[in-house]
Parts: sequence; C-alpha cells; structure tokens
Amino acid sequence: MDNIVEIKGLNKRYDRKEALRNIDLSIEKGKVVGILGPNGSGKTTLIKLLMGLLHPNTGEIRIDGQSPGVHTKSVISYLPDRNPLYSWMSVKDAIQMFQEFYQDFDEKKAEGLLQFMKLDRTMKVSNMSKGMKEKLNLALVLSRRAKVYILDEPIAGVDPVARDQILDAIIDNYKEDSAMIITTHLVRDMENIFDQVVFLGDGEIILSGEAERLREDRNMQIDGLYKEIFG
Amino acid sequence: MNFDSGLPIYIQIVEIIKTRIATGILKRGEKLPSVRDMATELKVNPNTIQRSYGELERENVVFTQRGMGTFVTEEESILEELKGNMAREKIISFMEDMERLGYNRDEIPAIIKETILEGK
Repeated sequence: MDNIVEIKGLNKRYDRKEALRNIDLSIEKGKVVGILGPNGSGKTTLIKLLMGLLHPNTGEIRIDGQSPGVHTKSVISYLPDRNPLYSWMSVKDAIQMFQEFYQDFDEKKAEGLLQFMKLDRTMKVSNMSKGMKEKLNLALVLSRRAKVYILDEPIAGVDPVARDQILDAIIDNYKEDSAMIITTHLVRDMENIFDQVVFLGDGEIILSGEAERLREDRNMQIDGLYKEIFG
Repeated sequence: MNFDSGLPIYIQIVEIIKTRIATGILKRGEKLPSVRDMATELKVNPNTIQRSYGELERENVVFTQRGMGTFVTEEESILEELKGNMAREKIISFMEDMERLGYNRDEIPAIIKETILEGK
C-alpha cells in the first residue's frame, strides 16, 4: 500500500481543552478523503497539524514519509479556510506570487483554470465576491503539481454556481499519484467526490471508512449518515 | 447530480448507463465517454466511474479495449436481455404501486387494456 499520509495516536491540547484525541488515519495516493464534522469538531486543527502550523502533544504525522517541515510543505498544496491573498493584488499579482513561492507551480494550468472559473487577470482581489476569491484561490492551489492537496472548506459560503465550478475543478484535477484531503460540513454537496470519509466530532474520529462501503452497510448516503451522527 | 437512494453511487451509475444503453442513447458497439468525462458529467470521483465500468464489464454489458476505451457490447442477446430485465423491473414496480392502490393482480391487465383503448 502506498500511504502518502500516515497519522498515528495524534493528540492536541490547547491549554486544558483537548482539540484532538487519538487520531489514527492513513491516506493512500489517488484517494480523495472527506473530513466531515460540524464547526469546532477539530477539522481545522487537524489540517494545521498536517501543515506544520501547529505541533502535536503526542503522536506522529508522516507525509511523504517525513514529519511536517520544509519537505512536507513543499509537497502540500493548501487552500486555507480564509482568503490568504492581499486585497491590493490583482489576479496577475497572485499568479506571480505563487510562481515565486512554489517551484511546482504550473502557469499553463493556472491559465486554463482561471479561464474555466471566468476570472480575468486584471481583476483585483478587493473587488471580488467571496465566491470569486474562493475560485481564484482554488485555481492557484490546484495549479501546483503537489503530492497532497488540502482544501479547508472549499465551498463554504459561496453561491451555487461558484460551488458547481469549484466541484468541477476539483474533479477535473483529480490525480492518481496524489491525494486530496477536503474538510467540509456541506456533506450533501461534496460527498460524491470522496473515496474515503472521516467523521470528526469533538476531537475524535467517530467513524471512518470507504464511502461506498458505508453506503452499502448503512443503506443510506453519507449525508444521511452525517445527520444521524451529528443531528 | 444527487444520488438519493441508499445504494452505493457506483451501482446507481451502473443503472444510469444501462438505461442509456436500453433506450438507445448509447448504441451497440458505441464507445462510452472516458472515465474522466463521465466523472465530470455526473460530478463524481473518477474512481467511482472506474468501478461502475468495471461492474458493467463483469456483467458483459461493456468491454474494454486496451488503450482504446470502453465500448457497449456487440452481442445482441446481451442487449435484449438487458432490455428485458429493465422492462420486468418496471412492470414489477408498477404492479406493486397498483396493489398499494388496492387493485389485485388479476384486475391489472383489464385496466391496462382499457387505457390502451382510450388511446392514452
């Protein structure tokens, strides 16, 4: 098995509060994994640990065989849950920044994705709607040739048209030799693109498995299961 | 697209493709859309489409030619059987609906005949 991400016995506390407890998770190349849970369940903490932005209290994280650090950052393409671009930037500036920061940035790909998203190079971030910012950031993130793509709430708060474009872009950019980790609480809109789902509640994995297997075993869609667990 | 039944998505996609074949949208020997195109059309993970195509191949409804793609079977008997099975499923579900309306099975043919004569 070709695990690109391996998490074992992960614990994270903030002061007294336990944000994550005993997380075990393996992700193979070529898989799209949905991390599902309500707000405050620990999704973003988990992502920040993978990104090396936070450090675990106990447990181990391996990405492409290494602990989070310089190497793992170079192989992860990350879409944060908040817009990381400066408001004075134009689309062109944002592309330039990505080009300077990331060796694996593919400008041709970015060109195609921006066209697909109907974003013009001269547009300014300050004039963009939430959906447009999300599309721009996703286009940039998917234009890297990374081993792991981490998308934190990619469709939260965007209109249905932008949502469809974002989903299409994610499906079109699926790669067999890399993994995608996507957090969301909008399960109904996204469940069809997941190979594997992880239900995260109160910092613990409540249930995880292959999405199709869960549908078969429980005789319902993942959205129904989500409502049953968190409803 | 929303897949609302409790069945795994790959099985629901198998049914969609079988319907397309039975209704002639996909013809005998015709090439199926690539896995990627089908994934984009139905907005699902390409691995799911791959699994659906695998299942259809196992049932001999389609066949794969290395490097060329996946094609609807050339064998008329399989296509006839596919159509027959789908027709039977429709009839069974129709009869179940009628029974729920309070008709018993013996009454159903007469009602169908009547409807045909009315030219509906």
